[in-house]
Amino acid sequence: MRTRASGRTVGGLRTLSLQAPAVTLLLLWMLIPLGMTLWFSFQRYNMLMPGMSGFAGFENYRYLLTDPALWSSMGTTLVLVGSVLAITVIGGILLAVLFQQEFLGRGIARILIISPFFVMPTVSALIWQNMIMHPVNGVLAWLFGVFGLPSVEWFSELPLVSIIIIVSWEWLPFALLILLTALQSLDEDQVEAARMDGAGPLAIFFFITLPHLKRAISVVIMIEMIFLLSIFAEIFVTTSGGPGLATTNLAYFIYIRALFEFDVGGASAGGVIAIILANIVAIFLIRTVAKNLEN
Amino acid sequence: MTMLASKRLWLAVLAWGITLVMFFPIFWMFLTGFKTEAAAVATPSLFFSPTLESYMAVLERTDYLKFAINSVIMAFGSTALALLIAVPCAYSMAFLPTPRTKGTLLWMLSTKMLPPVGVLMPIYLIFRDTGLLDSQLGLVIVYTLMNLPIVVWMLYTFFKDLPKDILEAGRMDGAGTSQEIIYLLLPLTLPGIASTGLLAIILSWNEAFWSLNLTSYDAAPLTAFIASFSSPEGLFWAKLSAASTMAIAPILVFGWLSQKQLVRGLTFGAVK
Repeated sequence: MRTRASGRTVGGLRTLSLQAPAVTLLLLWMLIPLGMTLWFSFQRYNMLMPGMSGFAGFENYRYLLTDPALWSSMGTTLVLVGSVLAITVIGGILLAVLFQQEFLGRGIARILIISPFFVMPTVSALIWQNMIMHPVNGVLAWLFGVFGLPSVEWFSELPLVSIIIIVSWEWLPFALLILLTALQSLDEDQVEAARMDGAGPLAIFFFITLPHLKRAISVVIMIEMIFLLSIFAEIFVTTSGGPGLATTNLAYFIYIRALFEFDVGGASAGGVIAIILANIVAIFLIRTVAKNLEN
Repeated sequence: MTMLASKRLWLAVLAWGITLVMFFPIFWMFLTGFKTEAAAVATPSLFFSPTLESYMAVLERTDYLKFAINSVIMAFGSTALALLIAVPCAYSMAFLPTPRTKGTLLWMLSTKMLPPVGVLMPIYLIFRDTGLLDSQLGLVIVYTLMNLPIVVWMLYTFFKDLPKDILEAGRMDGAGTSQEIIYLLLPLTLPGIASTGLLAIILSWNEAFWSLNLTSYDAAPLTAFIASFSSPEGLFWAKLSAASTMAIAPILVFGWLSQKQLVRGLTFGAVK
């Protein structure tokens, strides 16, 4: 009895000392910036106006929420995240099914097709903007010319579409990689049995494959959402949020407030809004992962 | 039989067609790096006389090596630190679970959900006031903390796969916690630890929010250096391509090597 009790204490102590560094660091990394963001968001604090300071109440929030640029950036964020999700998830499912089939050189093709995910965002954006989408010398302009189509000024005529194309190119391989892995645990016997019963490929896809992928698809959607809500580098190096506000998403909007206008209070209030939005998604993701942890 | 064969053929054509379109920008960048600047902007062509002049220009006329060294220090430094902090933590979670373990794991995951832009202002001000702006140490710290939850999670899923009796046997023989970790756990889970490390390296190497906002020149890694091509003067496509090829090549190889294990880390063990 005594040994059991003391064993538990020793075990508890061991657990504490082994986990303490990771837990403490993450706690500091989360609480200090979060606390400061919240605090600043209620302060009058602009680095360009040193004399101005003090408690601002909800002034920063009122100012921000009546700023049309904020709502435009929220809309842009929504379109960007929604479009990229639709393209990568649907594309990822179809590609995963395709890559599940045997074909010549599948191993090599698989390595090539997931490569864009490993390219740093600044490289992806600049290669696409210059060498692929340049209205005169780009590959697309040349290709359109071959077919007698007029060339497109991608980044001035269709700025948001251009960003969506680049970001989808980066994240489609991610969806494919996850969904392909999930497909590999699909019970082949079940598919075979369905085929014996006369089910066509479409029926198998909708009644066996898709339900099997359900959890993996929800994981892909949630993880992509977390990252897509903060898309920054691709916009930073190509359009700088323009023309006008056409490609300014919430992350870029806050960045301008913070490091261009040095409006600490306003940027922090924007930060709080971004954190709230991300948390709405996070709750669902954590629930899914928690459910998985129990198994 | 012929119908099956032709179906196979069409499948291969379709899959390879899509693959080549997806891979094309990387392929094109690779080719363009070996062109002259004039050839880079000429009508697209697969046939040209390759030259190393763009590579030479990048290596000689920019501080490419310095930025590459910054990237290496940050990616490897932060990964080593994260592993060092995460191994004991994941060990205790996998082998000495308490009722609180699950909650701790989920809480760690939740710190990863904090959008970086939400804490841009405080981090920037803390860095400014402590002299960490544009320093290697500053980004090593940020990347370590950024990857710590993923590293703990991924290690935890690998450790959990290990049969418990192996460590029990070690404990019977009187091994202490640190001996147990160093002599039993680490060798047995080395492949898992390696792929965890690779994922952390890939994520830090490609990180481009903090690197763009917290560095300017001295500590700028390759992501920030490549960004400087966004406002260049004159012809620059071949140089951009050469610099980009060098910047992404090592990480592409790492990604190819660890693609199967990456799924665990990227989905927090929800898809294996």
